[in-house]
Amino acid sequence: MKAAVVGSGVAGLACAVELVEHGVAVEVFERAGGIGGDACSWYAGGMLAPWCERENAEEAVVVHGVEAIGWWEKHTGGVTRQGSLVVAPARDTGELKRFSARTTGFEWIDEGRISLLEPDLHGRFRKALYFADEAHLDPRLGLEALRQTLSDRGVVFHFDQDVQPETVEADVVFDCRGLAAREAHGDLRGVKGEMLLIRSKDVALQRPVRLVHPRIPLYIVPRGDGLFMVGATMIESDERGRITARSMVELLNGAYAIHPAFGEAEIIEIGTDVRPAFPDNLPRIRRRGRVVHMNGLYRHGFLLAPAAARMAARLVTDPSFVPEFMDEDQRQRTTA
Amino acid sequence: MTVYGTTLRSRLMLGTALYPSPALLADAIKASGAEVVTVSLRRESGAERAGQGFWSMIRDLGVRVLPNTAGCHGVKEAVTTAQMAREVFQTNWIKLEVIGEDDTLQPDVFGLVEAARILADEGFAVFPYTTDDLVVAERLLEAGCEVLMPWGAPIGSGKGLNNPFALRALRAHFPEVPLVVDAGIGLPSHAAAAMELGYDAILLNTAVAKAGDPVAMAKSFAMAVEAGRLAYDAGPMEPRDMAEPSTPVIGKAFLP
Repeated sequence: MKAAVVGSGVAGLACAVELVEHGVAVEVFERAGGIGGDACSWYAGGMLAPWCERENAEEAVVVHGVEAIGWWEKHTGGVTRQGSLVVAPARDTGELKRFSARTTGFEWIDEGRISLLEPDLHGRFRKALYFADEAHLDPRLGLEALRQTLSDRGVVFHFDQDVQPETVEADVVFDCRGLAAREAHGDLRGVKGEMLLIRSKDVALQRPVRLVHPRIPLYIVPRGDGLFMVGATMIESDERGRITARSMVELLNGAYAIHPAFGEAEIIEIGTDVRPAFPDNLPRIRRRGRVVHMNGLYRHGFLLAPAAARMAARLVTDPSFVPEFMDEDQRQRTTA
Repeated sequence: MTVYGTTLRSRLMLGTALYPSPALLADAIKASGAEVVTVSLRRESGAERAGQGFWSMIRDLGVRVLPNTAGCHGVKEAVTTAQMAREVFQTNWIKLEVIGEDDTLQPDVFGLVEAARILADEGFAVFPYTTDDLVVAERLLEAGCEVLMPWGAPIGSGKGLNNPFALRALRAHFPEVPLVVDAGIGLPSHAAAAMELGYDAILLNTAVAKAGDPVAMAKSFAMAVEAGRLAYDAGPMEPRDMAEPSTPVIGKAFLP
């Protein structure tokens, strides 16, 4: 069987990797000139935090997110398993309680433990939630590592090729174009995200730190060498490529609340893009003829792409398999 | 209740922000029985009105949309947002918010009255989010508002009715004006308490959106609002200082 993957964001690359591992010959088409040039996953936080995400997501995100940590480790070797910390400003400790009531897989830790885990946060927070089993990776290195793995296994990449999946010559075509595939799904929408990359030599963190706050939930992810990713807004909008002053202020305020030394950080990069999402914010796999659509990873690209890709690849290699992320096709099947 | 000539059966109105997903939002609205939902435009609009995807989803819910000017800090900003909302949602209804203070999101009542006057003159049906101040309420009515939406407590605080005395005074002062408690409601019992005071409706968002099970909470609020209204209509008893046995003991043959 010969397969084509259209789109080389995290969905497309994960899909290609799974196909290759299922013994399928693959080539990849990408409208941008290289990896990440036009993919919202380029701006991801890279947190592999299924238990934290449960705070505002369905159980499926935990169930399928857990396998992502091992998957990324196996395929990139670049995963840091240091857990994650959730903190709140003193006046919002109620929010921390609310967060804890929605999630599992954490322990409450006190000031002493916080200082042991993150010495630079010493004295800043009285209590925190510690999700010991979570992990994170640098998403850009992760995407690049997948591309390298695929190239090593003979997968050809066609960059600068804005193709329509229906016109690609292959036995099966995987449409992993994210929001660019909107016309194929009546129920796909965009959720805008804005992020910053900042550099500070004054603060060192070992793991992602989330600041819960009633108005601006925010996280900061260490990328090494004094680099930090601060993210991310969630706005019901399709607008790409523009950050608002308010979002910038909120992101920086959040970083400042985690540690005032971030006030002196250098702003390295401002990133904005739009995440593809379905109404329940869960991914979908839809098969229409020889095109398999894999889309709607929302804010869970790195967390859910491995599971979704595995399901998509198995769908075309095992005729009896019905992926959990399949909806309309399954409905048609059960009503047929 | 009737506002701006429209009769509503449900006395619960819901905000549409902060839900885990649009699918849960839709289910919660259904469970609440709400006929009116508020939608914010300010932040989602962007340069090219890029919030269309979400807005059309709201329109498809089959409920009446009350666009709001949440996040506006000045008169001009609020008026512009209202004009855009009229175009996007094809309605002259507008929930007018002019925020005066960032920590409490307290309304700037001076700006509110000014913006209400401008919008009412332009034919808008203005639903002003205000404090429980009587004099401001007078001014808003003079400006052309036919409904008042005083806060129970700061937006998103879930504190309930911070000042029942002021809310009661407002009700007594404006017996004929539809009054909606907007903001600060955390629990169904808060909503019921406001309805027992004779308020016409409740508008809330966070208490449902951020609940562990938004759909169940929406239903719970619907029941509380209905119970509170029923209690108000039924004429509650007056509290008194001394016990009064509900079964008379005078004339009984034996006392236990």
